[in-house]
This record gives sequence, C-alpha cells and structure tokens, in this order.
Amino acid sequence: MAKMTLEELRKLRDTKKNEIKKRDLSGRDTQIVIGMGTCGIAAGGKIVLDAFLSELELRKIDNVIVTQTGCMGLCYVEPTVEVIAPDMPPVIYGKVDASVVKRIIDEHVVGKQMVSDHVFDRPSADIIKDGGKR
Amino acid sequence: MAFRNYILVCGGTACESSKAGAIYDALVAECRAQGVSQDVQVVKTGCFGFCEQGPIVKVLPEDSFYVQVKPEDAKEIVSEHIVKGREVRRLLYDKDSSKKHAKVEDIKFYQKQFRIVLRNCGFIDPENIDEYIAREGYVALEKTLFDMTPDDVINELKIAGLRGRGGAGFPTWMKWNFTKQVEADEKYIVCNADEGDPGAYMDRSTLEGDPHSVLEAMTIAGHTVGARQGFIYIRAEYPLAIHRLEVAMKQSREYGLLGKNILGSGFDFDIEIRLGAGAFVCGEETALLASIEGRRGMPVPRPPFPAVRGLWGKPTVINNVETWANIPVIILKGGPWFERIGTPDSHGTKVFALTGKIRNSGLVEVPMGTTLREIIYDVGGGIAHDKEFKAVQTGGPSGGVITKDYLDTPIDFGSLTKLGSMMGSGGMIVMDEDDCIVDVAKFYLNFTVDESCGKCAPCRIGGRSLANILDKITKGNGTLEDLDKMEEIGGAMKKASLCALGQTAPNPILSTVYYFKDEYLAHIVEKRCPAGKCKSLITYSINTEKCIGCTACARKCPVQAITGERRAPHTIDPALCIKCGICLETCKFGAVEVR
Amino acid sequence: MRRNQLSIVHMKVNGMPVEVEAGSNILAAAKKVNVNIPTLCYHPDLPAWAACGLCVVKQENSPKLLRACATPVQENLSIITHDAELYQIRKTVLELILSSHPSTCLTCGRNGTCELQRFAAEFGIREQPYEVRLVDLPKDTSTTSIVLDPSKCIKCGRCVQVCQNMQGVYALEFIGRGDQTVISPAASLPLNDSPCIKCGQCSAHCPVGAIFEKDETQSFVKAVSDPDKHVVVQVAPAVRVALGEAFNLPAGTITTNKIYSALRRLGADKVFDTNFSADLTIMEEGTELVRRLTTGSGAIPQITSCCPAWTDYMEKYYPDMIPNFSTAKSPMMMQGAVTKTYYAEKAQIDPAKIYSVAIMPCTAKKFEKSRDDNMRSSGFADVDLVLTTREFARLIKASGIDFLEIEGEEADSPIGMYAGAGTIFGNTGGVMEAAIRTAYHLITGEELPNVNVEAVRGMEGVRSGEVDIKGTKVKVAIAHGMANVATILEEIREARVMGKEPPYQFIEVMACRGGCVAGGGQPYSTTDDIRNKRIAGLYSDDERSTYRCSHQNPEIIQIYDEFLGEPLSEKAHHLLHTTYQERKIYKH
Repeated sequence: MAKMTLEELRKLRDTKKNEIKKRDLSGRDTQIVIGMGTCGIAAGGKIVLDAFLSELELRKIDNVIVTQTGCMGLCYVEPTVEVIAPDMPPVIYGKVDASVVKRIIDEHVVGKQMVSDHVFDRPSADIIKDGGKR
Repeated sequence: MAFRNYILVCGGTACESSKAGAIYDALVAECRAQGVSQDVQVVKTGCFGFCEQGPIVKVLPEDSFYVQVKPEDAKEIVSEHIVKGREVRRLLYDKDSSKKHAKVEDIKFYQKQFRIVLRNCGFIDPENIDEYIAREGYVALEKTLFDMTPDDVINELKIAGLRGRGGAGFPTWMKWNFTKQVEADEKYIVCNADEGDPGAYMDRSTLEGDPHSVLEAMTIAGHTVGARQGFIYIRAEYPLAIHRLEVAMKQSREYGLLGKNILGSGFDFDIEIRLGAGAFVCGEETALLASIEGRRGMPVPRPPFPAVRGLWGKPTVINNVETWANIPVIILKGGPWFERIGTPDSHGTKVFALTGKIRNSGLVEVPMGTTLREIIYDVGGGIAHDKEFKAVQTGGPSGGVITKDYLDTPIDFGSLTKLGSMMGSGGMIVMDEDDCIVDVAKFYLNFTVDESCGKCAPCRIGGRSLANILDKITKGNGTLEDLDKMEEIGGAMKKASLCALGQTAPNPILSTVYYFKDEYLAHIVEKRCPAGKCKSLITYSINTEKCIGCTACARKCPVQAITGERRAPHTIDPALCIKCGICLETCKFGAVEVR
Repeated sequence: MRRNQLSIVHMKVNGMPVEVEAGSNILAAAKKVNVNIPTLCYHPDLPAWAACGLCVVKQENSPKLLRACATPVQENLSIITHDAELYQIRKTVLELILSSHPSTCLTCGRNGTCELQRFAAEFGIREQPYEVRLVDLPKDTSTTSIVLDPSKCIKCGRCVQVCQNMQGVYALEFIGRGDQTVISPAASLPLNDSPCIKCGQCSAHCPVGAIFEKDETQSFVKAVSDPDKHVVVQVAPAVRVALGEAFNLPAGTITTNKIYSALRRLGADKVFDTNFSADLTIMEEGTELVRRLTTGSGAIPQITSCCPAWTDYMEKYYPDMIPNFSTAKSPMMMQGAVTKTYYAEKAQIDPAKIYSVAIMPCTAKKFEKSRDDNMRSSGFADVDLVLTTREFARLIKASGIDFLEIEGEEADSPIGMYAGAGTIFGNTGGVMEAAIRTAYHLITGEELPNVNVEAVRGMEGVRSGEVDIKGTKVKVAIAHGMANVATILEEIREARVMGKEPPYQFIEVMACRGGCVAGGGQPYSTTDDIRNKRIAGLYSDDERSTYRCSHQNPEIIQIYDEFLGEPLSEKAHHLLHTTYQERKIYKH
C-alpha cells in the first residue's frame, strides 16, 4: 500500500468497518480471537493458537478465522480466547488449553453450545461502538 | 454487539430433559409476540454446571441468573426484563444461600469497568493497522490535521481536564501549551513507556494491544506543538511491546500516517524507539531524557521543565503511555464527553493492574471516582481463599497502604494523596491477613533502595538507612527509638530528595507506621510478627495432641530438624529449624503450629 | 558566547529585599544579603548538580523545597533560607552523609580544609545517630599523580562534572547505582588505564579527602637529610601567587622571595626558578615558530606543549596534531635537563648526586617527569621529585617555618633569573604573550614597542585574534579548560579536510581554566575570582621585572653563550626538545 491521502484513508476505514460489521471476513463467519499479550503468551497463548489452527485444519472447518489481540485484562484466567460465532453471544473463554480448544470447536463452533465451565466473561462494553453509554 | 440482550437457555442434558427446549421455544415466541425480536437473541448454550437448579436461563448483559424456569415464565421474563428492564426477582438465584455449589463463576469483571485506554485491547489485532483504522483509528489525527487549529486541540484537552497518568497528575494541556508557546528550531515528543512499578503492566499491555493509539496521539501532539520527531522510551524487557510498536510504525509509514507529508497535509512527523535498560529512575522524566541522550539516567532539578527545555535542550512534551492512549478518544468524542467521566478532581478513567491476594487479578480500567471496594470486591471478586482483607497498596513504591476503613473512598488523584498514598502509575496490590505490614514496607523500600540512581544524598543514604532499620525490626532487634529515626529520615528524604523517587520512597513506611503502628510495636516490643511472616520472630512447633506420628514432615524437612518415633508425636528442634514452612504444608492433621 | 543582558531581578531573602542579576541562583541572591546557604556539591566553576540536598530552601506559600543551587532567581520570589525545619532537615541529611563517610579526619589529607568536616562542626554534630556503612573499596594509587579513595567519597559529583564538562576527559563517571554508586573510570578500571590526563582538577574540586594529590613530601625530607644528595629546587610561576593563600594571605600575593628563603631553610642546596626555563622555552619554541612560519619547516599551526596534561590529552584524543606540536619540552623539564648538565658542569658537581626537585601548581607534572626517556636527557632523571603547591605548604608548616614573617631572599645563579615573560607562563595567554614579545624580536630584530599584549589576555575559554608583527599578521588562538580546546582543533581539522589554509598559526593551550594559576595542585577553593587575582599577581610580577622579554634575560644570553650555542642547536635539541606518540584512550 502506498502512502494514502485523506480520502483514501476514509475509504479504507469504511470498507473495513463494513467487513467487521458483517463479521464476514473473506467469507468466514466465525472469529476466534486469542489474547496474545505478554501475559497471554506466557500462559500458553501461542500453544492455544497453534491448537486452534491445527484442529481446524484437521477437521477441515473453513468458516473460522483465527486472529490475535492484546491483553483482555483477565490475567487470572489466561490464556483467554474470545469466540464470535453466528447466533451466539460473543463470549470470552479463560484457562484455555489444547483440550479446551477441542471442546470450543466441538461444542461452541460446531454444536452452538457454550463451553460453560470456561466462560469467564462476555466482552466489555465498547466505547467506540456504543458511543460510550454509561 | 448487534443485539441489546441475549437470553441464554441452558441446553445441557439435564436442563434439556427438564423442558429447556420448551422454554427456548416459548422465549422465542414471546419475543416475537412482544415485538422485541430485533433486539434480542435467544441462544441455547452448553451446561451452566448448575444442574440442581435447572432449567436455567441467563440474560445478558445484566447477567441475571434465573433458576428453575418453566416455559410459562417466558412471558414475564420478556415483558419485565427485556421490555421494562426489570429483573424477575422471584426467579433470581439466591447466591448467598448456597454459594459453594455455584460452579459458574459469578464474575463482574467487566461490568464496572469503562474502557477508554484499553478500548482496543482485546478487540483488535494489534499487528494489523486496518483493524485499528476500522475502529475510528486515525480519525482524531484527521481532525487535528484538517479541521482543528493547534489551539483547538489544546482547548479540547483543557476542557477534558486530562491529567498525566504517569503518577503526578499534571494537566496535560498545560504541558502541551508550554511547549507550543516556546519558540525553538526543534521540539520533541516523548512517550514514557518505562513502566517500572513492581506488579504494574498497564503500559505494556496497552502498547501490546493497541500500539497505534499511542502513535496517533504522539503525531497529534507533534502537530499541535510544532515537533517533527518523537521518541518512545521503552524498557528492553518488553520485547513483545517493542515488536508490536515496530510493526505498527512500519505500517503507519507505509500508509503515510508517519513520515513526510502525512495524509497530504504537509506535516512531517516520525517516531523512533529508544530502549531503556530497565532502571526504575528512568521513569522520572529528566532521567529518561538523559538516558535518551545517551547519558547516565539521573534526574536533574526542575525548573526548567522539559516542556521548556527538554531533550537536547529543546522543548519537549513527555507523557506516559496511558496518557497518550486517552488523547485520540478525547479528540474523537470531544472534551466535554471526557469531562463528564470521573470526579471533579480527576476526569476520565484509570487503568490499574490489580494483583496480590485478589480472586480476579487483572488489568482493569474504571472511571475515576470508583471506590476501592468496587474495584476489589466487584471487579476483583474479593479476597482470594476467603481470607480477611488487610490493606491495599496503591502507587507502587511511591505510594502507601489504604486500610479497610477507607475502602469506600472514591479514588482520584486528590483522595489517594490525602490518605497518604498516591495514584501512581496504577499498581494496586491487595493484601490479606497473612501479609506482614512491616515486611511489605521493607519490600517496597528495598525496591527503591536498589533503584535509586545514587545521585542525591537524602535518597541514596536515607533509603539505605531506612532499610537497615526495617531489617532490624523484622529481625526482632528494633527499638522504639527506631520509629522516631524512621520519621526523621523519612521526613528529610521527602523534603530534600531531588526527584520523586526519593521524595516518595518513604511513603510505604510512613503510611504503614501511621495505619499499623500496633503491628510495628508487636515486632519491636513483643518481638512478635502477628502475620507469622518474619522468620526471625516465629517458631514452628508440633502440637503433640494432633500429631499422629506419620513421619511425613520429618521426611520432608530439609535440615532434619524434626524427630520422633513412628506413630508417636514428633518434635521440632528450634536450633536446627530454618523456618521454611515445608512441614506446615506437609502436615495433613494441622499439627504444625507457627507462633 | 552570547553575553547575557544584565537584567535585574527583585526578590526577597528572609524578608530582605535583594536585587540580583537574572540568571543567577538563589545561593548568589542570599549571598547579596550576607546569608550563606550550606552546600557540599555546588561549586561556582560548575553547573548546579543538586546532589547533596543541603541547600534546600523554602519558597513562601509553597510546600515543596527548592534547591538554592539549582533554582534560578525570579521576579518577586520570596525565599526563607533558615528556620527550625530547614535546620533539622539539613542536620539529618548531614548525619546521613556522615553515616556513609569514615570518621578518620585526623589522618585525612583534608583535615582542616574539608568542607564536610566544617559543616559537621558548624551543625554541632556530636554523635552518629544512624548505622554507619562505609564503602569497602581499596584506594586507586595507579597514577603517579592522583589518589582516589572511594571510601571517603560523598558522591557530590564535582569531580565527574569537572572531568567531563570542564576538561572533556571523561575519565571519571558514576558507576553502579543507589548506595552502590562509586566514582571511577569506566568498567572500574584503574585511573592510570583510563583517559585520565592527571590534570588534578578533580582533586582541586573534591570537597573531602576522596581525591588528592599523591603526597611525596617525605621524599623531600629524606633527600635533604641525605648528605650525599645535592638538592636543587625550581619553583613554577603560578606557585608564587597562590602559596600565600595557605597562610591566609590574599590570593595573588607575590611570595617569590619568601619561597626562596623557605626552601633554603628546608634544606635545599640551591634554589632556582622555573621562570628561567620558561624564558628558555620561549627561546626554543619562539625560534621554532619563526622557522615554521618563515621557512615552512614544520606544520602550521604550531601548538604549545608546556602543559603535560594537555600533551597527554593530545596524544590520546588528537594524535593527528602531533606534527603541530612544538617539540620544546616544558619549562620544568628544560630546567631539570640544564640543572643536571649545564649547572652540574659549572658547579662541578656529579649529576648523579644532584636531586632535582620542582615545586609545581600541577599534579600532571608528577606524571610528566617520567613520561618517557626524553625526560632523562641528562643521562639521569632530569627531575627527581615534583611537589604540588599544597604539599609544599604542608612541608613549610610542618617544618615550623613562620612563612608570613621570614625575610625574602634571592634565587641562585646561573639558572635562577627570569624576565617578566617567564612569570606570565603561569596564566592563560601568558605563553602566547611571552612568545610574541620574543618572536617580534626574532623576526624584526627590534624590540616590541609595547610589551603588554592586551589582545591575548582575558578569561574567555577560547580566544582568537591577529597579531601584527610589523606587517606580518599572525593568527593566534588560545584555549584553556581542556574541553574548550575542541572548538579550535575541530576548526583546524575541518580546514585540513577541506584543503584550506589553517585558520591559525600559533595556538596556546592550557588544560586548566585560567592556566597554571588554577592548576590541580594549587590551594583549595579556587574560583574565577581567585583565578583573576592570581593572574593579576603574575602580571604585576611581570611589570615590575627589570627585563620583560625572555631574550633579554642575561642568564638566558649566558647559557646560550656558554653551553647551548643557539636555539634549536643540536645540544638544545637533545636536552630541550622531545617527541610525541599516539596513545590509546584506554590502555587495554
């Protein structure tokens, strides 16, 4: 990408906003976001990331996009993973390891049921989207 | 979230068998009937693990937990809760009656939080600039470059009332304004990412989770005050944050958001990273600037302030990471929006790294004015292992302790200082009954003694002298006169030290002596450590009535201090015992006692 | 340097109105109303370092204390310098400093001149309330000039500032942090392996006994009591206008004749004067300059070489300037060489028996006397012992000599007489002025009509100008305070790189600010005010001299007639000139 003008930046922003709103990232409707701050990585975030990628590939599930993000703040239950799937509320799972990864895919992504014993919170309110209602 | 509410219906086997399916259908039908199906999504979830109370329905975002729900309750849940926003009390689970059965953690971690600084942390991929841009990223920069004058920007910050989040709470707009008003051929923008308080990692997490917010803010500052170069001073121990910053800067340069002629505005600005070796004192701004210049990180007296004469003698705006991360939001949403959050003394939010004997340790961001009780008990879930709350330490090695009596203090810059502590950069360490307050004071003091740069005599020698006295006290050799000496030295350090490190280093001692004098006296007069922490003052012994002679402790004891026949009570030889506490952990019968 | 416009600030000190120059600090403002604020780290030569914490003062209506040393005066500022609380804070800070400083005053080189000792006395400190913790590190005795004693250091930072800012040497630095901080060369190297140029400015600025000159007074006492030794002493120019301060005489008092007689009482067999060989230096160096200028026989500009600290600095930091250095030895080394040759022959004394002593304002001279084999041109050590002014003062006192009352005497012949030109070697610009007086004669054959070359006098750290020698313009530059030399040398380097004419033809450099009058071995508490008084002393010594120019000195004429032949003769080359070599900044 070359240097942008103001107009180009605004256009890019609109495009990206729409993509995110549709939660349709290149035709994939489910998003798994892994907390990859220093805390998350130290607690095994990279292992979780690898487990998701290999598990999804193994089962040939191709509607899921796996991304990373920074610290979600829930340091006491790292590694943390947020799952945003259609017809499901967004949810944050904590204390995730390779076996929990399998359950998230089995139960949440495929079975549309939450892995309740690892639900630690729903995502926090978002000042950007909610306009900071308090 | 696209929906206003989520109704979660337990779809576990147990609930399913008790008509969860019927409840689900009823709820969907009711929502349609009452015209709210656009706002609500009804979801079947996995087992809540609370089957004895099933079927269970949970409503988000209020987190209402309804138990033993029947299909005929669906109407009331929708009409009362969803439409009118009132919980259906009769269905609510009474938490207190059977707490220990609750398997689903009843966590309100995010509920009392308000995330401005951490708005993108946990939302976006920090290594993908597009995600930042999609979340209104660089809109604030657009506004400042094309729609606002530098004075407008400063005025917006003034209305917002943003105060520096690094510790001292100096109004940000004033700093910027000083620098803007000085005429100079070169000016600089500096981000202080030299986070050093023990247990604090707010800045690291912010940079790891949302590096662009800091880059955008620094660019805004550059344009506002007339600087073309910025520096991020970050400790080398933060490799991931450094990596994410480097990625972010590279992407910004590719997009033309850093570098020459940003967005075609004619404004040039770029940023360099400078690595610090992790000296705590380099968080002090003049020491930090010296370190960037390649000199030994030692503070110099102010005035002149860096805003007027900073890096290489040029006017320099220096703010910490958290302050920077606030800026784009203030520009985006306007000063008045920000001003309404918080208390009259302090606007906006504060990020804390909540650690210690707390159930939910973590990174939290709450509006100024939130009480300590809310942070500790609501966000933090209370004290771990059902222990008794003793005190909370804020402000790191510069702060002090706050006791139970002051838990309802709404926190802001002023209130914490009044309590003998301070806001600091945001470390918040919770202590329980097992923590010895003298030991805690010693920990913090040893930290500042190690981290003192050694330049000024009051801090360099005074800190060491205080540490010596505390060491004496924890070893049972303290005298009452030592308390006076500590106040004398502490007083001189507060007044005569050159920088904030030395001026605040006595705070952990002075505040613990003030609030916990009894505990100091116990150490000094009775030669006793009430919390059982100070090794020199405790003895381990075996209660012969409880000991069954299993020999487990004797086998684990690393110094063979425990003797006794099998099946007969054992004894500990105090002369050999090194007070490691292994026997206490090993004994299943509670026979090992500490006094 | 941009001159500050002298605007006046009005403020109050302890309720008393004060008018003070803008830009000065609160210490200065207080001084105006005769209030002294204690400080251990501040020194008027240096920017405020604000380390010791003693000078804290109160600002009216402000809870925060200010450091008087580092706070510039402001209009309407109202300051309290002394009250019960400030007294208590200062006393506590002082007690803290004392808890990290050995109480070995009786055996300390600074007993009686120590600034910390003075405050301990003034604050009436009678006990040690805090646990004493001392630095347990050995003394650094690696150099021949200066001793570092880390156990006595109070980390005031003066030495580091002097070494880095005034001298540009960077031999000393703070190492370690917190109460582990020590002041030492990088990597805790011995001083002798560091960039140290032995100028001793650190020792002259140290408020306590942590850095001091290597004391060699015992060697002198031993030498004079040895019947087989013929002790010959020379006295440097700058000593005569500073020594008096050790005996409570005003700075700048000329004590030349008392020094001669004191030396004789101390047991010296002959008393000569370094001023004589300063004249000799001018003959050699002046002739060298004239040759370089007129015959192109050497690199231009020519740079003076009489300061051993500067020579060491050049060899380490500017070895590319070696061809520009005058090959003439320093006056002290010339004096030593002619003592053990010319004088020995003339007096028919076996040079092996001569013990050659130099009283110097300088610690680097202790190092210079054995810097290489050129310093043994007589076949023996040309100078056997160097004592600084401070050591000399102690020696006089210990010998029971009532310095104030003794009658003055004259120096011995044949190498004891001096012209005014020789005496001004002791101050910045003096070598230049002396050289101009003689170069004029060498070039034109005439005497300079007005020997007072005001153009090269002054205290600016870098001065440059043009001297007109009957139509021949000579561009000259002067630097003093080692850090200032960079300005001039970088100009030369730049011209060299650009292939341009060198900007100067003759350059005088002295390592210490003000020149040798403020050398590292001079009495303590040197400030610009004292420097100026000592310099004025030397100029008045010059003015009252019978001969003002080196080539007019009858003993100089005599030594060339009887012994050396002419300037730059082969004999002169062997005895009075030297060579230079590039040295590593760090030895290893």
